[in-house]
Amino acid sequence: MQRRTFLRLSLLGVAVLGASAVALRISGRNTPAEARADTTLVLRAVIPAVLAGVLPLDPATSQAAQGRSLERTLAAIDGLAPATRAELDQLFGLLASHPGRWLAGLDWADASANQVASFLQRWRTSSFDLFVAGYQAIHDLVLGSWYADPFSWDAIGYPGPTKL
Amino acid sequence: MTTTERTSAINDPVAAGLARGWKVVDGGNLNMSQQIECDVAVIGTGAGGGVTADLLSRAGLAVVLIEEGPLKSSRDFKMREAEAYPSLYWDSAARKTKDKAINILQGRAVGGSTTVNWTSSFRTPPATLAYWRQQFGLDDYTPESLDPHFASAETRFGIKPWLTAPNTNNDLLKKGATALGIPVGSIRRNVEGCWNLGYCGMGCPTNAKQSMLVTTVPAALDRGARLYTGTRALRFEFAGNRVSRLICVALAYDGLTPTRNTISIRARHFVLAGGAINSPAVLLRSDAPDPYRRLGLRTFLHPTVISAALFEAPVDGHAGAPQSVYSDHFLERDPIDGPLGFKLEVPPLHPVLFASTLQGFGAVHADLMRQFARTHVQIALLRDGFHSESRGGSVSLNSDGTPVLDYPLTPVVWEGARRALLAMAEIQFAAGAKAVYPVHELAEGYATFAAASAAIAELPLRPLATRVVSAHVMGGCGMAADERRGVVDRHGRHFQIDNLSVFDGSIFPTSIGANPQLSIYGIVGKLAGELAAQLSGTSAPVLA
Repeated sequence: MQRRTFLRLSLLGVAVLGASAVALRISGRNTPAEARADTTLVLRAVIPAVLAGVLPLDPATSQAAQGRSLERTLAAIDGLAPATRAELDQLFGLLASHPGRWLAGLDWADASANQVASFLQRWRTSSFDLFVAGYQAIHDLVLGSWYADPFSWDAIGYPGPTKL
Repeated sequence: MTTTERTSAINDPVAAGLARGWKVVDGGNLNMSQQIECDVAVIGTGAGGGVTADLLSRAGLAVVLIEEGPLKSSRDFKMREAEAYPSLYWDSAARKTKDKAINILQGRAVGGSTTVNWTSSFRTPPATLAYWRQQFGLDDYTPESLDPHFASAETRFGIKPWLTAPNTNNDLLKKGATALGIPVGSIRRNVEGCWNLGYCGMGCPTNAKQSMLVTTVPAALDRGARLYTGTRALRFEFAGNRVSRLICVALAYDGLTPTRNTISIRARHFVLAGGAINSPAVLLRSDAPDPYRRLGLRTFLHPTVISAALFEAPVDGHAGAPQSVYSDHFLERDPIDGPLGFKLEVPPLHPVLFASTLQGFGAVHADLMRQFARTHVQIALLRDGFHSESRGGSVSLNSDGTPVLDYPLTPVVWEGARRALLAMAEIQFAAGAKAVYPVHELAEGYATFAAASAAIAELPLRPLATRVVSAHVMGGCGMAADERRGVVDRHGRHFQIDNLSVFDGSIFPTSIGANPQLSIYGIVGKLAGELAAQLSGTSAPVLA
């Protein structure tokens, strides 16, 4: 993509995100249950991409590990300060919204891990701080929760806490 | 070993104190509002609040301590990040600046950050004090006047040279630096009978670390001080130039959600020691007088950049005393107000903090994580607040009244960050690294110093792309000789409010240029001793 086209798209993206943030706030759409549904929708899609390389190869075992990851990530979000949770609700609410899906260029419900990975890569290296911060929130939450789980420690040679 | 055996093997001074009848109330257990009175209300139980409560209670004053976090003890410290971060840190160890570009590790439990810090103990560097005298008129802040207070804190908290050999992670800093002719030093630690486990950041499971949780806070509670946990100091109410009441709100059992129950405190004197970010926030919520617009400004972080390196042999950075070697070489090269200097140290490596800090995702990240046990990491803590273009950040309030720090990373910070990434890479290769990874979204692993230095020279250093972290929050209620330059005077007294002192790291007019715990112990030890003498009419008590 030409840099100019990309820039224009990104600027448009920022404008769209800003507008939908306002719209979301005005409509009061995100009740706690809806916010949780949005968060879950996006996390289900990003987890296989973020954890590619550590998820088990066997599909059934992998599904179970993804379920565990989702559960732990949601629990990590619940432990954050209310103001931080509100910001995350907004991030996931926007991503799950129509403009957010348009911006990400994918449909969360049936996006492939590759599609999601290229979206994450775009945000990770974006020149717009808003996108990089959004990517990093996903990165920190999903990877932090994964490696909090003793299940993940064997693969990295961490023996776990010393027995006292 | 069974749980019962473990509990009996390690003496838990908190459990013992509670059994003796300490007066501790958790906000989650309150079912109605309360009004209480005391001589002095102390907000916060960290380095500042702990020392203050100890000295005031020693002078016979009736003290009430207010702590937003929970009371946890060695019984609860299981050396697991999944439990430790949500229960012992602000925002689960992921407190962020406003633009999310800096991740702040700050304790939120009884003992404050001293419960979770890595035990590194340095006296305030003389060059920092000289700058305070010159720029802020703090004439009596000399090494000579403070040395007795540092010495007293060192005796009280077991601060002494750490004679055990450094772990490999620290030893690699020593090895690489020495090969390049860069001097290093050994870090003194506040521990007694340390088991060398490496889990200081998750609460010391053996009570070896002489944090406020096992020293000053128990001492104050034994003298009858009352402690409210799960309780947020909301705001002061003023009558003229005095605080008339402190209004606190009890948090629900989750420790996060405010309830409708309040605790209203009347006292002769109030001490704010919530730590930088939180202390200015209480004053902002109170609409405290601020005629010269100093409140919440000049908040410093020692912005810290990170360099990871792969080695052939195991490093096992999770094991052993987390910090035992440092270098001040790059702090001492330029004048203190010149290009930003930096202190070199290493951090402990544990899976959650490491994985969430490391750049990339998917297979790339997974490959790096597989090298976890062979990874060595260095950190460079930039000394902010001295250069004329390093003015730190400012604290303001979210719509729910909680604080947020806006810390613009300015070009002078990035200039220092680039030199720091370069210096760390060079030391890591000199120590035998197979590859070096500057922690930056656009950096890769580099196999030679030539490749690394070429890449570091070109890396776009800007917020978010460069991972920046902080474990040292200072300033925001700066101390100065006159009210045009600060929020509190040389005694930590608020310039406009007579019966209010601020006794924590937020009174530092610049960053310290070293891990700040001992600076807080020593300076607050002096100031709180003087306050205790004034309020009680006795001679000033000392820590030891």
